[in-house]
Amino acid sequence: MKYWSIAILALTALHSAAQDVNEIVAKANQASYYAGEDGQADVHMVITDAGGGTREREFRILRKNTGEGTQKFYVYFKEPADVRRQVFMVHKRVKQGENDDRWLFLPALNLVKPIAPGDKRTSFVGSDFVYEDVSGRALWEDTHELLEETDTQYVIKNVPKNPESVEFSEYTVWIDKETFLPVKAEYLNKEGKMYRRVEALKIETIDGFPTVMESKVTDLLRNTHTVNTFSTITYNIGLNERLFTERFLRRPPREATR
Amino acid sequence: MRKYLILAFTLVAGMAAAADIETSGFLDARYGQALQNTPDVDSETLKEVRLQLGAVWYQDLSTLTLRSDFLYDDVVTTHDEIDLEIGEGPVDLREANILFTPVPWADVKLGRQILTWGTGDLLFINDLFAKDWKSFFSGRDEEYLKAPSDALFVSLFPSWATIDVAYMPRFDADRYIDGERFSYWNGTEVTGDPLQTERPDTWFSDDELSIRVYRTVAGWELAGYLYDGFWKSPQGFDPDSGKNTFPELTVYGASARGALAGGIVHVEAGYYDSRENPDGDLPFLPDSQYRFLTGYEQEIATNLNGAAQYYLEHTSHAEETRHVLTLRLTQRLMNQTLNLGLFTYWSPSDEDGYLRPSAVYKLTDAWRLEARGNIFFGKTNDTFFGQFEDSSNVSLAVRTSF
Repeated sequence: MKYWSIAILALTALHSAAQDVNEIVAKANQASYYAGEDGQADVHMVITDAGGGTREREFRILRKNTGEGTQKFYVYFKEPADVRRQVFMVHKRVKQGENDDRWLFLPALNLVKPIAPGDKRTSFVGSDFVYEDVSGRALWEDTHELLEETDTQYVIKNVPKNPESVEFSEYTVWIDKETFLPVKAEYLNKEGKMYRRVEALKIETIDGFPTVMESKVTDLLRNTHTVNTFSTITYNIGLNERLFTERFLRRPPREATR
Repeated sequence: MRKYLILAFTLVAGMAAAADIETSGFLDARYGQALQNTPDVDSETLKEVRLQLGAVWYQDLSTLTLRSDFLYDDVVTTHDEIDLEIGEGPVDLREANILFTPVPWADVKLGRQILTWGTGDLLFINDLFAKDWKSFFSGRDEEYLKAPSDALFVSLFPSWATIDVAYMPRFDADRYIDGERFSYWNGTEVTGDPLQTERPDTWFSDDELSIRVYRTVAGWELAGYLYDGFWKSPQGFDPDSGKNTFPELTVYGASARGALAGGIVHVEAGYYDSRENPDGDLPFLPDSQYRFLTGYEQEIATNLNGAAQYYLEHTSHAEETRHVLTLRLTQRLMNQTLNLGLFTYWSPSDEDGYLRPSAVYKLTDAWRLEARGNIFFGKTNDTFFGQFEDSSNVSLAVRTSF
C-alpha cells in the first residue's frame, strides 16, 4: 500500500515537472477567458494611428460561462457618442464547424439585428484587436509546441492547422508559470516577418483571479497600436443567463448601465 | 420654438443632474439636390440643420427615455407649427417613454417610441409600425425611416415564448409621399399637388394593435404576427369627398430566421386582408394581398458583407404579382472609418428600381461626413419606384455627435 502511494506521488511530481503542452495552453486559455463563473469589466480603448491621432472607445463587458467551453458576452457601448447604447452580444461556441451567434442592437431603430458569422481576424471596433483577441481562439485550431521553459515562463509556438483561415503563419506565446496568463504573443506573417505583438502590460489579482488590467496590441507594419485599460472588474457576480437574450438587448440591464 | 428648446434643455439638464443618466445628441447639417430640374418643382430636396438631444435615465424600477430633434428645414417652409404626428416643423419628438417591469415576466413601455420587428432588410411585411418614406427617399440617416409611434408596448415572457403586444390608441400613418418634397403618381399623371386625405383619427376607436409571438427553436427564431388597423398609406379613395383614405386592414404573418451555410437566412410571409374590400371588386379600395420575402446574408470577404432578398406581392383577386429583388453590399475600409454601401431594389415585373449608394467617413470619433444618393428609375411613371424618377437626388451631410 505504502509503495503504491509513493509511486503515485512520484508520477504526479514527474507530470507537473514537465507539463504537457496541451495542458499548458488549456490552462492559459482558462486563465485568460474563463476566470470565475461570470464577470464584468469596463474597457477603455485608445487606438493610435501611424500619425499619432487617437480614437477612443468605452464599453462594459458582461460574460458568463455556459459549460463545455461555451460563453455568452454582452458588450454595452458608452463611447464614442454615435454608438452609445448600442449592444453587441455573442453566444460563443468552440466546437469545430460551429459558428458563434452574434447580434447587434441599434437603439435609434430599436432593432435587434443578427450578424452573419464573420472572419474572426477582423478588427474589433476599428482597433488593432481582432474579434479573436476579445473572445479567445479555439485551441483545436492550432498545433502547439513547447519551445522553451524558463524559471518563470513557458514559451509556446502555435501553428494554424488551416493556414488559409488566418493572416498569420505562426505565433509564439509567453505564458507566466505562476498565473498561466499569456504575457506576450508575437505573430509572424506569411513571409515569416513579425508584424503583430500583443502584450499584457499590467496584471493584478482580483477576487482571487490573476487579471490583465492593461493590454496592448501593436501592428508593426502599419505602425499603429491599441491599448485597453480595464477597470471595475468583478467575478462571480451571479449574472443571470437570461440577460443574454433579446429582451435585455432591447432593454439594457442595470448590470450593463450602472 | 424657443420655449420648446428651453423646456427640452431644462428637462435634459434636470435629468442629467440625477445619477445614472446617459445623455447623447448630435448636430447634423444636410443638403440634397435633385439630379434633374423639373419645372415648377424646387430642385433642393434637402436643406436642413438638425439638433438631436437625448437622455436615458436608468433607475432601479424604471427607465425614462427622452429624445427629440430640433429642426431648421429650408425646403418645407409651410410648416411653422409643431406637428408631432407628421414630424414636420421645428420639433420631431422621437422618444418620450417610460419602461418598467411590473412583474418579473413582463416589461411595459409606455409613450412615444420607435417600434421595429420582422426579418426584412428595408422591406417590411409584418412590421406595420409607422415609416417615414420622405426621410428615407431624401437622404436622411437610415434611422429616420422609422417614424415614432405613440404606444403601449407590453412584452410578456412566459417560459414557452415571448409575446409582444403594441397598442396604438390612435392610428399612426406612415409619413408617406404626399406631393411635398416628392411628386407622386395620382392615377393619371405625376404631380406635386398636395395629396388630400381623410385620416382615421378618433382616439381609442381608430386604434391599432400589433402582436408578435416568438421563440427560438434549435437556433431558429420563429415568429407569428397579427396586425389590426389600417393601410399605413392612403391607398383608398373616396369619390364623394375626392380624398384619399386609409381603409381597414388586418395582417396575419409568420417568419423564421437562422444560421445556414456560414450566413443568415430569413423567410417571412403575410396575408393582407383588406377588410372593406373582401371580394376585391371595389375599384377605389385596395385588394387583399399575399406577401412573401426571403433573404440571405453572408460575409463575402473580410470587411465586405453581401445580402440578397426576394420579395413577392400577389394581389388576390386581380391576380397581379409584383416581384422585387434587393441587394446590399457593405464595405468597411481604412480601419472601419470609411463605410461604402449600396442597397438596390429592382423589380423585374414592374421594370423599375431604386439605388441607394452611400459613403460615410468618420473623420474623428465625433465628426463624420456622408454622401448619399437616391436614384429611382422605371420604364413607366405609374410604378412604385418609377413615379419618383424625376426626384432622384444626391445629398451631402456633416454630423458631430456628443
